[in-house]
Amino acid sequence: MPKRTVPAKVPVRTATRGPTPRKKEDDQVVYIDTNSAPRVMFSGEDLLVEDLPVGTRVIYPKPPLEGLANPGAAVRYALNHPLGTDPLYAQLYPGMRVTIAVDDISLPLPPMVTPDIRQTIVEILLELLDANGVDDVHIIVANSLHRRMTGPEMKRMLGRKIFDAYYPDRYYNHDAEDPDGMVHLGKTNHNEVVNINRRAVESDLLIYVNINLVPMDGGHKSVTVGLCDYESLRAHHEPHTIRQSDSYMDPAKSMLNKKVERMGAIVQSNMKIFHIETALNNRMFGPQMSFLTKNEDDFTETDRLKLEATRWALSKMPSGAKRTLFHNIPAQYELVACHAGETQAVHSKIIEKNFEQYMVNVRGQSDIVICGVPFISPYNVNSILNPLLVQVMGLGYFHNFYRGKPLLKKGGVLILTHPCYDKFDHKHHPSYIEFFNRLLPETRDADVLRAKYEEEFARNPSYIEMYRRGNAYHGAHPFFMWYWGENGRQHVGKVIVAGAENAHVPAMLGWDRADSLTEAIAMARSHVGPNPDISMLHHPPIVMVDVE
Amino acid sequence: MFMAADTYSRRMFNDVFFRYYKGESEDRLRYLSEELFENVLKDAIFPGAYELVDKSKRLGLRQVLVTGAIDFTVMPLIRHLGFDHHVCNHLEFVDGRATGRLRPPVMAAATKASWMRTYAEKEGLNLSDCFAYSDSMSDLPMLSVVGHPAAVNPDFRLRNTAMQHDWPILDLR
Repeated sequence: MPKRTVPAKVPVRTATRGPTPRKKEDDQVVYIDTNSAPRVMFSGEDLLVEDLPVGTRVIYPKPPLEGLANPGAAVRYALNHPLGTDPLYAQLYPGMRVTIAVDDISLPLPPMVTPDIRQTIVEILLELLDANGVDDVHIIVANSLHRRMTGPEMKRMLGRKIFDAYYPDRYYNHDAEDPDGMVHLGKTNHNEVVNINRRAVESDLLIYVNINLVPMDGGHKSVTVGLCDYESLRAHHEPHTIRQSDSYMDPAKSMLNKKVERMGAIVQSNMKIFHIETALNNRMFGPQMSFLTKNEDDFTETDRLKLEATRWALSKMPSGAKRTLFHNIPAQYELVACHAGETQAVHSKIIEKNFEQYMVNVRGQSDIVICGVPFISPYNVNSILNPLLVQVMGLGYFHNFYRGKPLLKKGGVLILTHPCYDKFDHKHHPSYIEFFNRLLPETRDADVLRAKYEEEFARNPSYIEMYRRGNAYHGAHPFFMWYWGENGRQHVGKVIVAGAENAHVPAMLGWDRADSLTEAIAMARSHVGPNPDISMLHHPPIVMVDVE
Repeated sequence: MFMAADTYSRRMFNDVFFRYYKGESEDRLRYLSEELFENVLKDAIFPGAYELVDKSKRLGLRQVLVTGAIDFTVMPLIRHLGFDHHVCNHLEFVDGRATGRLRPPVMAAATKASWMRTYAEKEGLNLSDCFAYSDSMSDLPMLSVVGHPAAVNPDFRLRNTAMQHDWPILDLR
């Protein structure tokens, strides 16, 4: 155990037990003191219970915003009172060709309890289209270079009724490698190529149905990324764009967002788009698991029993069964906002709601940041969180969950808790396997990887075929995942993964490993000094920080 | 019987299978092979196979068919899919009649890999840059010599091997 030192700025309290007020920057910020309970954090499919050093700042998610009582009514209101454009009914006429594009399975995380909000919206849309004599309707999953969704996943997302009526001829996945399925719309003045799904382009109206889980989603990204191809995507999914995004969760300071908007302007000048965006609250867990979002100091006896029962059950289960269990617990998200109309106008409103739900004000950066890595990322729904995805969670998403300044000081230590197992899903991530085993031993330099190998993987006929006919991520996708962690990699001085079951995976990622969180913190101290400021981001659900 | 022989060895399968051609005239077999392609083989080509060949061509990759089937049965297929080169087996004929044996070298298992090495050397190709596709465990040597092997709708043993080697497994149906 590291010696528990109390930083000067934290007032020392008398060692009395029981509920006492703690120093708080915001309601969600708690400082560990000598009476604090151990904290619960994810380590893949396991739950760790760890004592943190006194003075550690634990940042909790905000409580869920109140869900709208009648989501259907909110959607109808949005369609009839759109922002910056005519109501949807006024844009419809008999005989027109309409395409509805929906976000894919990467949103929300984990998949939400049924009916998914996309089902609610698409059912209303189809009624409206039918009432206006529009029968040439296709529904496209805007999966970009993500894996195709399976039939059962698509049925779950939009419901049996729509699935039976439209799948597979009129409800299908976008195919970025269909030689006849893409249309070149032009180039930006920065030479960025804009290629978009042919059916969407050739429709009289494209209706996009979005779920804005995090602030980097939505807006022009929906169509410009969701329905594009490799050539278009590589314009902004590249190391320099990511390095210049500070962070990519803050659209105003994101080069990624800037480029997407540039390309989106070309899309908008060529297509008629009616954008529907939604924001969900962060009610990730139902009553059985809701203790995971609570301050451990406030645990009731029931919460403690639930925690111990869950940990005991997990300890008896093989990893595959644990994974299946977690992936089958749907999130209890509720709709908190729905807006429709012109892309940017709608997006601005929804982004505000995202920030309202996720942003926690904190004072000052930390020398050490601790994050528990859960079992899921946007890229492994119903699959394994492989080493590259652990990397993207740590250096990509968690590092970028800020506005203003990163939570971690430049050169600080990021501690992740995850087993880092060397496991990959052959069906979903075949190109990741080659990337990890063949390329990373040669170099971790994102620029070299992009220049030397990205096109080779992107053009690999096996990977293309597995993307088109199977359920594999595109051959270029592991590169994008590596670039996704690029600004984190440039900022973080050291990454230590606590609880890694092997040494070679962390080594391949350029990380150190430790047997336990305690050991990891001790190692981190040797890097940043004996009296570091330590913060822990207590997710899931998602929490982002506004650092003063 | 064929399945058992193939499971044991592709060479044994060839010995057993091609014995059935014994005594058939060459012109009759050639005539029947066109019918075989039109009525049986053409419909059995998975849709993904067309896509795979088409995509490879667009990427500028040379198409080479390496097969243990006999020449007159694969020629219509080669024309249909537009392969650039091929190597296959040839039945032995004496006085215009099939003997039921194959002319050496018999293309099976390791011979395919050996032919590919020679071909690559002659054509100045780097096998590390080449792709190979097969559905059968008997083609393991052939898959092992290229840089980008893939199992296509594989049999049980090849699927397991592909999983162990982390090779892509394609479903072209």
